[in-house]
Amino acid sequence: MKQAARLKDPHTEERQLYWRLLVAYLFMVLMLLLLVARFVWLQVFQYEHFATLAQNNSISLVPVQPNRGLIVDRNGIELARNYASYTLELTPDKIDNLDATIKALGQVVPITPRDLKRFQKFLSESKDFEPVPLRLKMDDIEAARLAANLWRFPGVEVKARLYRDYPYKELTSHVLGYIGRIGPRDKERMAEDENAANYRGATHIGKLGLEAVYEDDLHGQNGFEEIETDSAGRAVRSLRRTAPVHGNTLQLALDIHLQDVADKLFGARRGALVAIDPQSGGVLALLSKPSFDPNLFIDGIDSQSWQSLNSDWQRPLINRAIRGMYPPGSTFKPFMGMAALEAGAITPNEIRPAPGYFTLPGSSHQFRDSNPRGNGSANLAKAIAVSSDTFFYKLAWDMGIDRIHPLLAQFGLGSRTGIDLDGEAVGVLPSKEWKARRFAGTRYRDEHRRWLPADVVSIGIGQGFNTYTPLQMANATAMLANDGKAFHPHLVQKVTDARNGKTRLIEAAPYKQLPFKQQHYDYIKQGMRAVMLPGGTGWRLGQGLQYSMAGKTGTAQVVQIKQGAKYNAGALAEQHRDHSWFIAFAPVEQPKIAVAVIVENAGFGATAAAPIARALFDYYLTGKLPDDIRGQLETFPPSATGKQDASVAR
Amino acid sequence: MQVSLAKRLTRAIMDPLDGWLLALLAGVFVLSMIALFSASNQSWAKIDNKLVYTALSLLIMWLLARLSPQTVMHLALPLYVAGVLLLVGVELFGITVNGSTRWLNVGIARIQPSEIMKIALPMMLAWYFQKYETTLNWRHYVVAAVLIVIPGLLILKQPDLGTATLVMGAGFFALFFAGLSWKIIIGGGVAFLASLPVVWNLMHDYQRKRVLTLIDPMEDPLGAGYHIIQSMIAIGSGGVWGKGWLAGSQTHLDYIPERTTDFIFAVYSEEFGLVGNLLLLALYLGIISRCLLITARAPTLYGRLLAGAITLSFFVYVFVNMGMVAGILPVVGVPLPFMSYGGTATVSLAIGLGMLMGIGKLQRR
Repeated sequence: MKQAARLKDPHTEERQLYWRLLVAYLFMVLMLLLLVARFVWLQVFQYEHFATLAQNNSISLVPVQPNRGLIVDRNGIELARNYASYTLELTPDKIDNLDATIKALGQVVPITPRDLKRFQKFLSESKDFEPVPLRLKMDDIEAARLAANLWRFPGVEVKARLYRDYPYKELTSHVLGYIGRIGPRDKERMAEDENAANYRGATHIGKLGLEAVYEDDLHGQNGFEEIETDSAGRAVRSLRRTAPVHGNTLQLALDIHLQDVADKLFGARRGALVAIDPQSGGVLALLSKPSFDPNLFIDGIDSQSWQSLNSDWQRPLINRAIRGMYPPGSTFKPFMGMAALEAGAITPNEIRPAPGYFTLPGSSHQFRDSNPRGNGSANLAKAIAVSSDTFFYKLAWDMGIDRIHPLLAQFGLGSRTGIDLDGEAVGVLPSKEWKARRFAGTRYRDEHRRWLPADVVSIGIGQGFNTYTPLQMANATAMLANDGKAFHPHLVQKVTDARNGKTRLIEAAPYKQLPFKQQHYDYIKQGMRAVMLPGGTGWRLGQGLQYSMAGKTGTAQVVQIKQGAKYNAGALAEQHRDHSWFIAFAPVEQPKIAVAVIVENAGFGATAAAPIARALFDYYLTGKLPDDIRGQLETFPPSATGKQDASVAR
Repeated sequence: MQVSLAKRLTRAIMDPLDGWLLALLAGVFVLSMIALFSASNQSWAKIDNKLVYTALSLLIMWLLARLSPQTVMHLALPLYVAGVLLLVGVELFGITVNGSTRWLNVGIARIQPSEIMKIALPMMLAWYFQKYETTLNWRHYVVAAVLIVIPGLLILKQPDLGTATLVMGAGFFALFFAGLSWKIIIGGGVAFLASLPVVWNLMHDYQRKRVLTLIDPMEDPLGAGYHIIQSMIAIGSGGVWGKGWLAGSQTHLDYIPERTTDFIFAVYSEEFGLVGNLLLLALYLGIISRCLLITARAPTLYGRLLAGAITLSFFVYVFVNMGMVAGILPVVGVPLPFMSYGGTATVSLAIGLGMLMGIGKLQRR
C-alpha cells in the first residue's frame, strides 16, 4: 500500500521505474532459483532413480495391443476375423550387419525374394529403432526353430501377432475394404487427431471400406504393461498391467448367403448389385464385379499383383456399386412418372398416344421409341409396363427441367446417399444450373452451357445427362417401395461395445418422409407390377412367382446411335454395347427387399439383369436356388444365432 | 595503414552492437551448437542450416541496432495495425495445421502473424504511453488493456494458448513498467485465480489433457505424459556432471521427442548435467541482467518500456521452456531462446534484442 501511494506521484517517475525494475529482477532471479532447485532435485537427489530408469532401461512401458473388432453378417457369420501367428522382426539399429543377419536367418527359416522385397519397402518407411517384419505368418515349427537360435541374433525377435483375415475374399472386398500397414499419411492424420498414443506399437489401420469408416470402433483402446527387464533387455517380470479395450464388433445388415448367391448369379459378368431392406435401410447385399482379394493388401501387396489388378481393363479395384455412374435408362421411368403425377402433368388413367417416334414442334429430329411401331395409346401405368419412350418424351417435354429436378431430387438422385462407405459418387440429376456449371470452363462456349429445349426430352427416359450409381437407384427404389420413408442406406446394423456388450443401432428410424401422395405411390407400384405381368417388358420373369413382384427393366446406351441407323449389338465392340438394368422390389404389399442390378454391356434389361433379380428374390423370400449355381456356393459355418440358414427360415 | 583500416572496419561493425550482450549470446550459441550436433544425431545439414539462420539473425540484429529507436518507433502503429489485420485474416482464410489455424498464405510465403505480434504489441504500447506521457491517466491504461486484449483473443481463438500467453505477457510487462497500479496487478492476479474454473471449461480437450498430465504424468504414460516422463528421466540421469557429449542414452535411443527443438534442453542436460545447466542459466541470467541495465539507462519512456518488455519476454521464454522440460510447467510450444533449432524463433528474438541494443546505444552518446 505504501508503494501504491508513492507510484501516483508524477515527480518520482524515475524512482518508480527503478523500483519496478528491481522487483522484476528479484522475481526473475527467484524463478531461476526455482529452476535450479528443480534441477538439483532431479539430478542430485533423484539421480539414482532416474539413472536406473535410463541406463539399465530397467522398467519399460510396453503397449498392449487391443484385438481388432470382428465384422459379422446379419446372422453372425464372421466376415473379418483375427488369428494368431508369428512374425520375425528385425530392429535395424540394434543389428551391426543387416545383410549378414538376414542371410544367416535364411538358413533357419525359408526367406523368399518376395519377403526380402517387402522387408526393404517397410525398412524405407520406418525409423531405425522400429522393428521391421521380415517373415510373416510363420507356423509353430518355424517359430520354435527360430526361438532356439535367437541368442545368435541380437536385435532379432519372434513375436506372436494377430492377423486379419477375410475368409470370403472377393465376395466381401468392396464392402469390408481392408486394413494395411500404418503409413506416413496415417501417422500425420493420427497426429492431427491427437490419438497417436492409442496407436503406439500398432502396425495396421483400416484403409478402405468398413474397415476404414469404422476404424475408431474396430481399433479399440491400447493397454500398457510395465515390465522389468535385465541389463540385456530381457523381460524379467511384469509389474503392472492395464488391459487393452478390444475393438467393437460390427454386425452388418448384409446377409452373406444372399451376397454369395448374387455373386454366383453374376458369374464372370461385369456390373453391380445393391439390395436394400426397404423397412430399415439396411443393405442386404452390395456387389461390384469383378472384385479382388483384400487379403493381398494387408501386409503390402507385391508389385506384380498390384500391376495386374491396377492395369486390368475390367477395373476390379473400382467399387461400381457406389462409384460407377451409369445412365439409368428406362429404370428412371417410375420415378419420372411419380414426378409427373405430383406435378399434375398427368393424372392416373389419363390415356395418351404412344407412337413410334416423337418430334419437337418445328423440328424434324425424331426421338425414336425402342418399339418402332409404337405402343398405340396408354395410361401412365401401361406406359411403365411396356416402357413406352414416346410417352415419357412427351411427359418430360410438358414438365420442363425446372419442375422435374426438385421432385426427383427427393428420391436422393444426384446426391450422395450417405452410405457408411467412403468415396461415394454423386451422379448427375441434370438442371439448368448443373449444365452451366458442368460446361463452365474456357474450353466451352455459351451455346454449350445454355439449356436447350431438346435437352429435357431424352432425360424423360433416363438418358441424356442423367447418371446415377447402382446404390442411388437401389435407394430410390426402396423409397418408392416403402411409400417414401427415407433412410441413409447402411451396411452396419449395430455396433456392439466390447467393454459392456451394449449395442448401438445405426439409423433405426427414417430421417425423413417424402412429401408425396399415397395414391401416387400405389399407382406407380401398380405400373411396376404390370411390368412383370403378361404384356409387360419383364413378363417372362414374372411367371411362376410365389410372391408378388414389381420391377422395371432398363437399357442404358453407351454410345449414341445415328439418326436412321439401327442398334445392332453384333456390330459394336463389347465395351460399347448397352448396359442391362433392372430395379425391383418384393413382395409388393409389404416389401422386404429392393434391388438395383446393372450388368455392363449385356444388352436389354430383361435378358441379363432381370433374371438375376428374380433368382435373388426367389432365394431371399422362398429359399429356392437355381440348379446351375447350387454347386458353386461357398460353405458357411452355421450362423451364431443358431439358425442354419436365416434366409430360408424367413 | 592496413591495421588502421581493419580497426576502423571492426569498429564500424561492432559500434552499434552491445559488447556484453554479444559475448553472452556467443556463449549460448557455442552451447547450442554442441547440443544440436548431439541432438540431431550428428547431422551436418542441421548445423549448416543453423549457421545460415544465425548469420541472418546477426545481420538483422546489427541493422536494427544501428537504427535510432526514434525511427523504429514510427513503425509501431502501422506494424500493430497490420498485425491485427493479419490475425483477422488468419481467422477468415487461415491454413489449419494440427487442428489450429495459425498460418496465413500471403502469396510468396506462409506467415504466422501471431509471431509479429510478439514484438508489435510492446512497441505499440511503448509508443502509446510515450505519446501521452505528460497527460497520463487511468483512461490510457484502459486503452492499453484493449490494445492487449484484441490480439490476445484473436490468437487464443486459433487456438494457440502458448503464443497468446507470451503476447499478452509482453503487453502486460509494458503496462507494468508504465506504472500500472499495484492494486490492479494484485486484484487482477486474484481475479485470474478465481476465473481458473471458467478457463478450465473453455479449454480444448487437448489442453486439459496437457494440464492433467502435468499434475500426474503417470496418468497417461504412453500418451501425453510420455514426453514429460522421458525428458525428466533424461535430466535426472544426467546427474551432476552429465553423461558426456554424444553419450546421452535417452537422446540417442530416441526417447526424447522434439529433441532438436522444444526439448533440446533435455538433451543438453542429460549430457552436461547440473554443471552444464548452471552454466547455461548463468549465461541467461547475464543476458537478462545486461538487458535490464540497458532498460534502466534508457533516456526515453518508449525505450524503457520496450526494453523492459523485451527483457521480461526473453526471461519468460527461458523459464517456460526449462520449466516444461523439467516437468513443472505444462507442455506448450515455447522454444528455448537461441538453443532450440528453428530460424523463425531465432530471427524474432534477434529483432527484439537488436531493438534493445539500439535503445542501449542511445544512452551511451
